[in-house]
Parts: sequence; structure tokens; C-alpha cells
Amino acid sequence: MLALSDGTIFEGIGFGADGMREGELVFNTSMFGYQESLTDPSYAGQILVATYPLIGNYGISKDAPESEKVHVCGYAVRELCETPSHSQSIKTLDKYLKENSVPGICSIDTRSIVRKIRDFGVMPSCLQVAQEKGEIDAQKLISAAKALDYSKTDFVAKVSPQETKEYGSGKKTVVLMDCGSKENIVRELVLRGLKVVRVPAFATEKQIRSYSPDGIVVSNGPGDPALLGEIAHTVRSLFDLPIFGICLGHQILAHAIGGTTYKLKFGHRGANHPVLEKKTGRVAITSQNHGYAVDGKSIPEEFEITHVNLNDNTVEGMAHKTLPIFSIQYHPEACPGPNDSKYFFERFVKCLK
Amino acid sequence: MPEVKKTINSGKISKVLVIGSGPIVIGQSAEFDYSGSQACQSLREEGIKVVLVNSNPATIQTDTDIADIVYIEPLLAEYLEKIIEKEKPDGIIATMGGQTALNLCMELHKKGVLQKHNVQVLGTPISAIELAEDRGNFAHLMEKLGQPILASIAAGTKEQAREFAKAHPFPLILRPAYTLGGTGGGIARNQEEFEDLLELGFTLSPTRQILIEESVIGWAEFEYELLRDSGGNCITICNMENVDPMGVHTGESVVAAPSQTLSDKEHQMLRDAAFCIIRAIGIVGGCNMQFALDQKSGQYAVVEVNPRLSRSSALASKATGYPIARVAAKLALGKKIHEIKNAVTKTTPASFEPSLDYVVVKIPRWPFDKMAEGERTLGTQMKSTGEAMAIGRTFEEAFNKAMRSREVRAAKIKDEELEKHIKGPTDLRFDSMLQALRIGWGMEKLHALTGINMWFLQKLQNITEMESQIAALNPDDAQNTGAKAQNEHSGSGLPSKGLLLAAKRMGFSDSQIALLCKKTEDEIRAARILHKILPTYKMVDTCAGEFDARTPYYYSTYEKEDERDFQAGQGNAAPSNKKRVLVIGSGPIRIGQGIEFDYCCCHASYALRAAGYESIMVNNNPETISTDFDTSDRLYFEPLTFEDVMNVAEREKPYGAIVQFGGQTSINLAAKLTHAGVRLLGTQLDGIDVAEDRERFRDLLHKLKIAQPDNGTATNLQQALLVANKITYPIVVRPSYVIAGRGMQIVYDDEQLRQYIAEAVQVSESRPVLIDKYIESAIECEIDGICDGKSLFIGGIMEHIERAGVHSGDASCVTPPVRLKKSVQQEIVRLSQELALALGTIGAINIQYVVRNDVIYVLEANPRASRTIPYLSKAIGIPLAKMATMAMLGKSLPQLGLSGQKLPAKYAVKSVVFPFLKLRGVDFVLGPEMKSTGESMGADSEFSIAFYKALLGANQKIPLKGGVVFSLKDGDKERVAPVAALFSKMGFEVYATPGTAQVIEDAGIKVHTLQKIDSGTPNIATAIGEGRVQLVINTPKHGKVASTDGFRIRRLSIEKNIPCITNFEAAQELAGAIEKAQKRSISVSRIETNWQ
Repeated sequence: MLALSDGTIFEGIGFGADGMREGELVFNTSMFGYQESLTDPSYAGQILVATYPLIGNYGISKDAPESEKVHVCGYAVRELCETPSHSQSIKTLDKYLKENSVPGICSIDTRSIVRKIRDFGVMPSCLQVAQEKGEIDAQKLISAAKALDYSKTDFVAKVSPQETKEYGSGKKTVVLMDCGSKENIVRELVLRGLKVVRVPAFATEKQIRSYSPDGIVVSNGPGDPALLGEIAHTVRSLFDLPIFGICLGHQILAHAIGGTTYKLKFGHRGANHPVLEKKTGRVAITSQNHGYAVDGKSIPEEFEITHVNLNDNTVEGMAHKTLPIFSIQYHPEACPGPNDSKYFFERFVKCLK
Repeated sequence: MPEVKKTINSGKISKVLVIGSGPIVIGQSAEFDYSGSQACQSLREEGIKVVLVNSNPATIQTDTDIADIVYIEPLLAEYLEKIIEKEKPDGIIATMGGQTALNLCMELHKKGVLQKHNVQVLGTPISAIELAEDRGNFAHLMEKLGQPILASIAAGTKEQAREFAKAHPFPLILRPAYTLGGTGGGIARNQEEFEDLLELGFTLSPTRQILIEESVIGWAEFEYELLRDSGGNCITICNMENVDPMGVHTGESVVAAPSQTLSDKEHQMLRDAAFCIIRAIGIVGGCNMQFALDQKSGQYAVVEVNPRLSRSSALASKATGYPIARVAAKLALGKKIHEIKNAVTKTTPASFEPSLDYVVVKIPRWPFDKMAEGERTLGTQMKSTGEAMAIGRTFEEAFNKAMRSREVRAAKIKDEELEKHIKGPTDLRFDSMLQALRIGWGMEKLHALTGINMWFLQKLQNITEMESQIAALNPDDAQNTGAKAQNEHSGSGLPSKGLLLAAKRMGFSDSQIALLCKKTEDEIRAARILHKILPTYKMVDTCAGEFDARTPYYYSTYEKEDERDFQAGQGNAAPSNKKRVLVIGSGPIRIGQGIEFDYCCCHASYALRAAGYESIMVNNNPETISTDFDTSDRLYFEPLTFEDVMNVAEREKPYGAIVQFGGQTSINLAAKLTHAGVRLLGTQLDGIDVAEDRERFRDLLHKLKIAQPDNGTATNLQQALLVANKITYPIVVRPSYVIAGRGMQIVYDDEQLRQYIAEAVQVSESRPVLIDKYIESAIECEIDGICDGKSLFIGGIMEHIERAGVHSGDASCVTPPVRLKKSVQQEIVRLSQELALALGTIGAINIQYVVRNDVIYVLEANPRASRTIPYLSKAIGIPLAKMATMAMLGKSLPQLGLSGQKLPAKYAVKSVVFPFLKLRGVDFVLGPEMKSTGESMGADSEFSIAFYKALLGANQKIPLKGGVVFSLKDGDKERVAPVAALFSKMGFEVYATPGTAQVIEDAGIKVHTLQKIDSGTPNIATAIGEGRVQLVINTPKHGKVASTDGFRIRRLSIEKNIPCITNFEAAQELAGAIEKAQKRSISVSRIETNWQ
């Protein structure tokens, strides 16, 4: 049973693990890549609704996860596929969620949830899966949903690694400030001949400089960027280096330069958002997953807004007018979603001296 | 290669020529009326003046309110050049009219016509088209891009081809270059098949080139629909998965959208490949790309690139709600994709990729119900005439809805034939797979036979498992004792609420459930309503609900929330205070029910909206304009069964429903809808019934003292012989219940009648055979009229060119008549009015007559729109379907400004096209069973020229010189001399088979005698093979017992693409037409000149 803070109840069939989880209810409109989404740390603290009705068709594969575990705290789908068919599939989605202790719900009218979120905004909610219907108390779930305040929690602290880890053996070194990074950011950097030092998001300037980095990547991650003043401060102190911010990293960069962010009504989550690169007039279809956006008016003079979302004109990218410091709100690393924006990694590599 | 001009609109383009696709043929159907019409409207939005040319009058694009200037002329380079000379367009769009338009544009370019008249090719440039279409160049480019393709060769000679075949093992796939719908292509499993296909391919390819390709039969097949703008921005509109793996043409495959079995990584890999290719080719506008994917290894190959809008783009548009043609037309003008608004959300730009939150399934519709003798094996060449699409929230739901949208009778498939249909495969593959699962074949076995992904087979198994659960409710059914009924109401034999809901969520219809548990549809319906299991309607909005869309485009499903209730009062999708009228569409395109009916439905909708009503369209054909979301106020993409339509009626509570325009599909629903309380607009049920019920119709004619051919019915052979001998041969016989596609036949003697009854029909008390006197040597004609209940307006009398006995849908016809006396015409007008009034007609009516020795007999009356409505409307300049709609809404003829009869200013001839080339094994003989797929129109102040133009418009290569061969049946032979003399006088070499040659020679005309095939040389086959013959006139013997020789002659001419005339009257008229065409330069003229 899924309960929303406005009192709406959805009764469906449970899958995955038994248990009760509160989370912010959000939807993703991508028709592919459920495993990548489920393992994207940016979804920490959220219950995800898939708009595409048939989920689990191609099972779970070894090379699809974007982190070590499932980060959503609940998953709601219209129809769960119990008999996946794919050569790479090693298990069913149901089993995968069970192993990750994440509950899921299926056979519900997911489109009606999406329409509700679209009209009223993302919503605190609570999902409970139990063996017997009698075990579930709807009122309790609604109360739990009402009690939840997503923006009060520092999710980065929960998903950022404790340890530093190194990848690749390139001549040039980049430090990846991991606020909940997707694996493919690391892979894309390594692929381009870089040594990647993946440090906890809260690493100090001194710690970061100790690796003599040629550049900094600030990763994606969950939660409200306004809570991350400390990381923003660190980023500001590294402005002598090339910096590339992705998603939450972009928002952190905005805070670092005195800008502000605000919460979108229902965010951008999907693989079909058109983004215009203002300078070239090129349009890219982008992979997105964010609930907050940078307020363009708050960006200081020395930065310019380089990319805008063509659907709602929100800020999608910005760059320093003279220094090699830039950021985008969407996911050049894709996974899931289009590879149209991979060129940002090349652009970043070129900035490294 | 001549230099290609820049295609970017520098703002100078103000007049654009759009080329249509001509008559509906297999492989090129209504989808190009959809794309052409959208393009015209889209260009006009940009302030462009649009000139449209098409030979097919049954198209919305040839309406003068769609394009600024309309030409109904043959789609041939010389005619297009004349139009270009006259209209002086500065741009041309070739990518909206299928392969026909693309080839024409290439030809005009190669001949220097475009350069000479300074016409820019808009959108995808010629160089890109050449790159994509020429298999050799394409292969070379792919190699350069590192895109894997299948080993192939573009062979220009048989030797090249054979060499390739030596190096690569069979099976090999052969496709002639530049043919539409894969015409002439096929799979060669051995040397013999290989040689056959070579021969055919070289004949058909306009460039005498055949692509031979290694086969990856069994790999999965995926399609991407793409758009690219002149700035290089690309988007994918839709990705689709062919449920049938490689080896079956995508037009013949069951298709699901979006792809179901691809991981994100695979999807992105194919999408990246598509972008890489579309950029390298330089497409500006729409493009379709097909990939083969080995789902075991993850290896893929590029199969095909279509640098134009296609059938798949129409499907993708309907599947996603994204108006591809509209956007592609603007891209052709040089607009960037983000500068165009998303017409669905009206707030977001067109530069996004639609996200679906439902499943779409498309199933083709094949003509084998009409042509049972056709070779039904599916392969790389299209045989289907149309398709049905359905939308659901589960695959099972979409699949079941699509299956019933096809409107085919459930086939009885013998167990021993299952494998043939499944593995072949044939058109019955999916029916057979379901049947096989029912009798216990495992999914593994089906997978081994077909290569179909287990995911889809599991879905089919889910369906059959649900069937057996429902069937198990009936304990008497021994077959299903294995399955246990989980049923709380087992006493009633009705499914429980839970089971019923589960079945509905899998798309089962009430009647399907009823059949399984041996109840009536009404009982299931009642149970469903009792349990409050009612459909909810969801919107197709391109964005999976992310934005508040304004598309009034719905599908039914069984979910929690119905969307209109949710947003009542918002947007144009919400109900208004206007009266609502349901327009019931005509479903998939099939022989006998083509685009003409969709045309009428669109017009009904336009008329309703103009008159201040809300039009509610129900239909399931993804190719057509009626299923564009802006054709009606609300579109329901639904099967056209009573249940599905009634559900919409219950939701919409319409003022009335229009059943006159959807052909047999909608008229068949009239009774049930009426009984369920839906008001029919126009002619009431009783009038429809009188016209359809033989007894009642006979009585009415008797009362009105209108003559009718003698007729009777028989319930067994003895009776049939008795009736036949009473009314005397020849007779027309037809079953009241059709099996295996054998319908009507003309029968000349007792023996034939015996054979017919034995072979073709099941005769019984409840299923009598109907017998009519066949009136020989007579003129057949028909009228289309509009009646307001007080008087009848005659749109025209259409005189058939062929003798009576050819199905009216297959006959060429002319209006005004050329042979019928004025007095007879006046009498026909009078009889028509009398009959229309007696039937209580309000709206459209079609009446067919046969006239012999000035005696007029009524053959049939149909108080509904006929397939000639669009043609006649274009001939006289009055939109008859709109007028009929207005009459149904209560307007009188004087209010509509109609009275008496409208005569056109010119002769307008309708000709037809046949699918014989695509359907091997089918004989080219016209009879009372309809076989044609589409039509063309030609108009001129002289009848002969109009006929000539119509034939050219129907893709007939009518020669003005060369050789003509006659092989005629007795009865025609005697009349041959004057025709042969005329051909001889015109400079033709005259050839004939011995009997016919004798008659010609006796008349003192020079003739070369040709032996029949197999009777030595020179014979007809060798003469045709040597290219000495450009026209074949072969009239077959009586009925179906055509001589093998005649059959071979006709097949040969079809395969050699030589016009074959099988009707003597048509041959006579054709000779006259060629004579006129030789003498006179033929002009082109705007459509209005037909009327004034």
C-alpha cells in the first residue's frame, strides 16, 4: 500500500522486500533504464514511480548498476515483469529489490499518481509491503507520510563514500567530489585517459589538493543543495583549477558563487528533456534527475548561463566567463538516457593543463 | 552527379509543390494522405502557397481547403513538368508521398526539370536521397562510418549476383532497388528461388539493380523514427520492436511500441547509431531506420534507411501523439526543431522525445479473406493492405484490442497446419500460436520455430492461461478440466469480480469472455456493470503525463482514474455544452473498405464542427487522417466492436451517432447501437434493414414497380439447380455466409453450379445461397445521392466502362455517362428518388443499376456512403460527405443549396489498381468479388483522354506505340477486328493467339500469330520476354475456370509490368484513348476546371 501525504491511498500488489519506507514521491518518464535509475544515489530518500507501465522486462544485469546498491526507498510500477527475457539478465527485478531490502508496489494506476504529482508537486509518501493486507494500517502510513520533510535531511552525508578510491592511471588527475556519484561518471573520465581520485563529498580543500589534481568534478547527488554550504565553500576555494559540476554539482557551484537554488514543483526526471546550448543553437536530448534548480537571476556577473531547458526555461548550464569552470544540470554520463552530451567530458579534458 | 542546391529556406520560398503517392496499393496506403495533408497544412501555416498533385481523388490532401491549388493528374514526370511550367513553384517536397513521390522527384532532378524551372528540393536533399536509396553507395558510407551492415551486393547483372551467391550461403535476401513496399523482393532458400527472384527483380527495379544480402533471419528487428533539422539537431520520435524477427517485412510484422525487450544500453547504442547515420547522410526532415539485433550477442546491423516519411512514421505519430509530418514539413523550410511548438502540449517545443506510458501494438490486415488462393507466406515483400493499432496499459490489453480491431473472423486452424502457419510464417501466425498454446505446445517450441523473444510468447501464454481460467467456469467443457476455476460465484458460471477485472485488464472483450464461459455478451456486460468494472479513458499526451496536455486523444483501459472527470472544465479536451455526435470509423484498410470511407468520416467530422457540434471519432487505423487528433474534437483510438463503441457512447452520451461513413464496419453496428439506445443520425435502422434484407427489398421494389433481375434463394444443391434453371443461366451466386473468401461468382451451367456449391460454400437452412439472374451485355451504372427525406440530390450517374458483372469497386467508371441515353438517365434519376424516399433515406445513398435494351434493373441500394463519394465529390466540386452529414443534422436540400442533379464540366473517369503483383498465385480476373485496393481519377473534356489519364494515374504504363497482343475468349473474338484495325492503323504491331489471329487475319489486318505457351515458339511468353509486346489484351473464359494458359499470360504481364486488359469493353475504350493521346498534347488543369 502506498499512502500520500494528501491522504490518497493506492492499494496494489507488493514486491521486493517487506517493510515500510517513507520517501518523497517522484516520477521518472524514461521508458528504459530502470536498473540504472534504481541505483542512482540521487534518488536517496525518494520513492520512485515509473511512468512506463511495464517494468522489469529485461531483468537485472551485472553491468547496469550505477552504484553498489539500490538507492530509491520504494518503487511503484504499473506491471512488474516476473519472467524477464534478456541474455544479460541474471535475476528478476523482484529478487533484486528483495536483496536490497527495498519494497515495491505494482498493479496500481501509476499515471494517476503522476498526474497528481504534476498538479500538486512532489509529495511525501509512505510505502508498506506486507504478506497480509491486515498488517497494513492506512492511517499510520498517511501520518508517516505527513511527518516526512525531505528537504531537512542531508542525504549527501548518507550516500557519499567514507573512503577515497582511485581509478585509472592517466597522467592527469581529477578529483571527483562524490556527493552520490553515478559510476558512469568515473568510467567516462577513466575512458578519456584520466586518473580519477574519488573523494568523499566533505573532503577538505587541503585533502583534495594533496592529490595535486589537474581538475575537479563535482558529482550528482541527492537532496537540497542549500544544505551543502560546506561543500560549496570547498568548491569556491578550488577556483584556480578547472571545475566541472554535474547536476547537484552544478547546484553546489551556484551556491559557491553566491547564487541560490529553489525547489521545482515536480522536478525533471527522465531521458527526453530538450536543452538548448545558447551559443551554438544546438539542442540536446538529455538525461535528467533533479528536484531543485539554479535561480538564473542569482548568478553573478562573472558567470553566464550557457544552457536552458526548452520545456520550462530553467537554467541547465552555466560557465565562468573567463575561467574553465562550468556546470550542467543534466547527466552527460547518461545511464540511463541519451549519450548526446558526452562531449562535456571531452570539453573538460581539454581544460586540463 | 549534378550539383545539389542548398536546401535552407532563405525566406524566398513562397510556393511549394507537394507530391502525393497515387492510388492505394499494397505497401503504399493511406499513411501518405496523412503525411501529405499534414505537410500541406503545416506549410500553409508558414504562409506558403501549396500546390498539391495526386492521381488519387479519395484523399483529403486533394481537397481544395487542404492545399491552395490541387491537381488530380497522373504521377508521371511529364505531367509534373507541365504542372511546374504552369504553377512555377519555387520549392518541391518529395518526402511526403512515399516511394512514388521520392522516385518522381529524383526523375525530375535527373532530367534537369527542377534545375530548368528553378525549383529547390526542400528538406532532405537529392544527394542524401541517393545516398540512402542506392544500396551500393549506402553500403560504402556505412563502412566509412563503422556501422555494421549485412554483407551485401548491389548487383547490376545476373553474373554479379550469382558470384555473390557462390560466396555467401543461402538463404539470401533479394530486394530490387527503388521499389515500394519491397515489391519483387523475397528470400531465396536455394538456387532455383534465387534465379526466380533475380528475373523478377531486374524487371521491376527502375534502375535495374538488385540488392542481395546475407540473411539474419531470427535476429530481432527494431525501428527508429527520427527527425533532423538543417542545424544538425536530431531527435527520435519513437522506437518500435517488431515482434516477428528478421525475415518478415516490417509492414507485415506485429509491432510493439516502445521496444519491450531492449535494455537502456542497447537502446542507446541503436539510437547513437541512428544519429550517426542520419547526420552522415544529411537528412533534413523525417527518416526511418531499421536495425537487426542479435539478442544473444548484442551485435547489431543496420538494415535499412528510408529518407522520407513512411508507414512507420504514421504509426509512430499515432503511437506517440507526435505529429511527425507536420514538424518535418517545417524542418524542410529550414526551421530549427526547437523553433516549432509541440502541438500537443502547446507550451513546450517540438524538440523532445515522446515518452509513452502505455503499450502500442500494431497488427497488419491481410487480404486473404478475399483471395484465398493467394500464397499466404509472409516475407520481405508486403502483402497486407492495412493495419490496426491498439493502445493499452499492458501488452496483453493492447494485443487483444488490436486483434479484434482487425475485424477478421476467427480462423479455424487445423492442428496439423499450425506449424506451417507459425514457422512459414503466414498471416495466421499469431492466431496459430495462440491455438498452439491452447493445445499445450510450450513457449520453447514456439520460440524454436519462430525466434520470437520469449517475453512476447509469455504474454501470449498469459492470454491463453486467462482463457482457460474463464473456460473452466463451465464444467461441461471437457477440454478445460485441467484448469481450476477460482470462482466464488461458480454456481452462476459467470466469472467473479476479480477474474473479470483481470481479464478486462488483459484486454479481453465481453464477447470473448462470453464465448469462453458459454454466456452471452449481454450477460457478461451486465455482470461487469454490476461489479462496476468500467473502462477508464487515458490520454495520449506525448509526455507520459509530465505536462498538462491538450490533446483530445484517448484510449480505454481498466484503471482507477478516468481523465476527463479529473480535469473537467479545462482545455479543449473537456466537454462543452455543444451537442456531441459520434462518428464511427471504418477500421483497417482492406479490399472493399479502403481510404474512401476514412475520407468520408473526416468530412463528417469537419462538417459537424463547422455546424457547431462536437465530433467524437472512434477508429483504430493508424494510417489515416480520421485518427489525427485534430480532425475531431475528441478521438478515441478503439476497436470498432459494439462493446468498445458503446463504452465510448456511454461516456460521451452523444446526441447521436453517424454510421453511414464507416463502410460495413459501422453499418454493422447500427442495430445493436440502436437497441442500446443510441440515436442514429440519418437513415434509421428500418431503412438499412429493408435495403439489406433480400425479401424485404424485393417486396419494396415490387410495390414500387421497379424492375430487379430475377432472383431466388436455395438451401441445398437441388433447390439451387431448380432456381437456376427457372431464372435461366447465367446467374450470379453468392453465399449468405462467406467462408474462405469465396464470395460471388458468375455461373453459366449446372456443372459450374454443382462445383461452386460443393467447393465454395456451406449451404444450409440458416445459410442459403443467393441466386440472381446475371444480365449479360448490359451497362452497369450507379448513383450517389443525398436525401433529406423529401427529395434526392443526385451527385452523378456513374457509368461503368466494363460490362455488368464486374464488382462496382473494381469497375472503371465515368461521369457523366457516355453510353446511356438521356431518357434512361432521366428515368434513373426518377427511380433513385422514389427508392431513396421509400427507404426513408436521410443522408447518403448509393444505388446500383444494370441497363439492358433501355430497361433499368435495380441491383442494390445502400443507404450509406459508398466508395465513390470522394471521386464524385472531386468530379463535381461538391463535398458530398459533408452535405450528407448536414442532411443528417436536419438541413434540407434547399438549405444546402442542392437540387436535382449536378453535372460536371468535364468527363471524370475513375480507374482502379489491383494487388496482383504482390499476391502471387492470384489470377487477374475481374468478377463480382472485389479485388482492387485503390483508385485514380482522370478528367478531360474528352472522355477518351480522361480514361487515358485515369489509367496512367492508376500506374498503368499505357503505350502509345509498340506491340499489342490479343488472346480472347469466344464471344469477344468475333468483335476483335475493328479494335485490331485501329491498333494497326495507329502503328502498333498486332500479335494474337491462333484463334484470335484467324479472325483478325480474315478481316484483312496484318497480324503475327503467336502460339500459346507450351505449344512451341514464337509464343506469347517469348514475345513478352523479348520486349516486343507493350500491351496485353486477354479476356478470360467464363467464371473461375480460367485456362492455365490465360492465367500464365496474365501473371507474366503483371510480373513484366505490362498493362493487361482483361475486359473487352475496356480494351475498346483504351484503343480510342490511345488514338486521341497520339494526336493531341494532353494538358494539365487545376481541379476547379472540372466543375465550372
